[in-house]
Amino acid sequence: MRFGSDSDQDPWQQPMDGSHASGSKAVADGPGTQRTQYPYVTGSSIIALKYKDGVIMASDTGASYGSTLRYKSVERIKAVGKHSLIGASGEFSDFQEILRYLDELTLSDHMWDDGNSLGPKEVHSYLTRVMYNRRNKFDPLWNSLVIGGVKKGPKGEEKYLGMVNMIGTHFEENHIATGFGNHMAIPILRTEWREDMTFEEAVKLVEKCLLVLLYRDRSSINKFQIAKITTEGATIYPPYSLKTYWGFAAFENPAQGAVGSW
Amino acid sequence: MFRNQYDTDVTTWSPAGRLFQVEYAMEAVKQGSACVGLRSRTHAVLAAANKAASELSSHQRKVFRVADHAGVALAGLTADGRVLSRFLRSECINHAFVYDAPLPVSRLALRLADKAQVCTQRSWKRPYGVGLLVAGLDESGAHLYYNCPSGNYFEYQAFAIGSRSQAAKTFLERRFEGYNDYTPEQLIKDALSAIKETLQGEKLTSSNCTVAIVGRKDDGTVEPFEMIDVKRIQEIIDSMEAAEEAPAAEAESSSMQEEDKGTDAAPMDI
Repeated sequence: MRFGSDSDQDPWQQPMDGSHASGSKAVADGPGTQRTQYPYVTGSSIIALKYKDGVIMASDTGASYGSTLRYKSVERIKAVGKHSLIGASGEFSDFQEILRYLDELTLSDHMWDDGNSLGPKEVHSYLTRVMYNRRNKFDPLWNSLVIGGVKKGPKGEEKYLGMVNMIGTHFEENHIATGFGNHMAIPILRTEWREDMTFEEAVKLVEKCLLVLLYRDRSSINKFQIAKITTEGATIYPPYSLKTYWGFAAFENPAQGAVGSW
Repeated sequence: MFRNQYDTDVTTWSPAGRLFQVEYAMEAVKQGSACVGLRSRTHAVLAAANKAASELSSHQRKVFRVADHAGVALAGLTADGRVLSRFLRSECINHAFVYDAPLPVSRLALRLADKAQVCTQRSWKRPYGVGLLVAGLDESGAHLYYNCPSGNYFEYQAFAIGSRSQAAKTFLERRFEGYNDYTPEQLIKDALSAIKETLQGEKLTSSNCTVAIVGRKDDGTVEPFEMIDVKRIQEIIDSMEAAEEAPAAEAESSSMQEEDKGTDAAPMDI
């Protein structure tokens, strides 16, 4: 999902010495500049869902350099302003750049000092424009972003959860999972998610998804972070590990019953 | 030889600390036919007196929709006003495109004021000769701003600009304290009454005024900025006249106050 899967165009097969310029994949932006066309350090799935009091978001704290699990303690979920959380899969430095954009926005709101602030809906819309615009410059920000939040509207407290990806696809949902989670966690969320879940129930559900991803996604690690956003504001909890059980029959003998050469 | 040596360009100060060109632009606002604006917590109403340039012509439009949540009424050079309302429209639509949300009215008024201010500080420009009443709705409720050619802007509960606006202001000053809790219908009536004050004896009809409203219903749904139907305005005027005649027409009191010129107002005073 996150980066090209054609094996003959695998980014990791490209030379890393900056000689992209000779390849057909590089985009030159005038003389002397050369933009990153492939992800280098990437984070894996984000899981997020609405629950009774707000939105909960979770991810592991790993970041891979190619397929090497290079960094084990990076925060991929951050608070934006007073009403929103953002979580990111994909290129980690691109995420940091996005955070800088958002900081600029919230700072300027603060400086106007007129009481106006961006809600999750506005942040999501803004990011949608940024992501689609960069994709159209053939210089995408290599991420799938999840934006969750709660803000008081004219009709009372409004929960919001949406995502946007590197090509500008965007939508709102009650539960969202990016990356591998889009394949592995969505089926679980679809059967088990309810509108009126308590925080404890939501944490249980999220942990179930994270554990499945830990078992099946080679680039996930057993160090997770959960965050929530409610009317009280954002809380990002310290990282912790889940208990694993590797004694399942399918893990013991993965080849059994598998049709194919392996 | 010259009556005033300090008014040949906008950026030149008089020794008394005044910018004459800016003041002249503010005078232009007083030449235009009157506009009033007033608001409750949830609704804002704009009204304008329409005056045709000649018997043979129609009048110029003075009330413009800027976006679903905001609109303006203007007095002064309508041509300048059209330029500014186009600017406001583009600001609103750009904000809506990026953030999928309406531009807060305070920000809208601020951008307008900043634009007007630039014209008072550039030798090759002239100030806009138009005053705008900006009415709109945002998260914090209904708002009304007055934007002046000088680049100053103020928020109001109720205000009037244009020729003979002092009469309307006097009317509004007597009544504004209750406006926060007014219904849309009551706001419209007071807007029409205020406009009537500026007509100086001329009869108020649906053909010589424009009224527009924007607001939010109790359930939170937005009632977009909209010109009120001519037929409905006439009905309201008729009902007001009927009510007036009932309790023995209380003579047209001594409300013939002329504009308060003559007084040595401070330069930036509105």
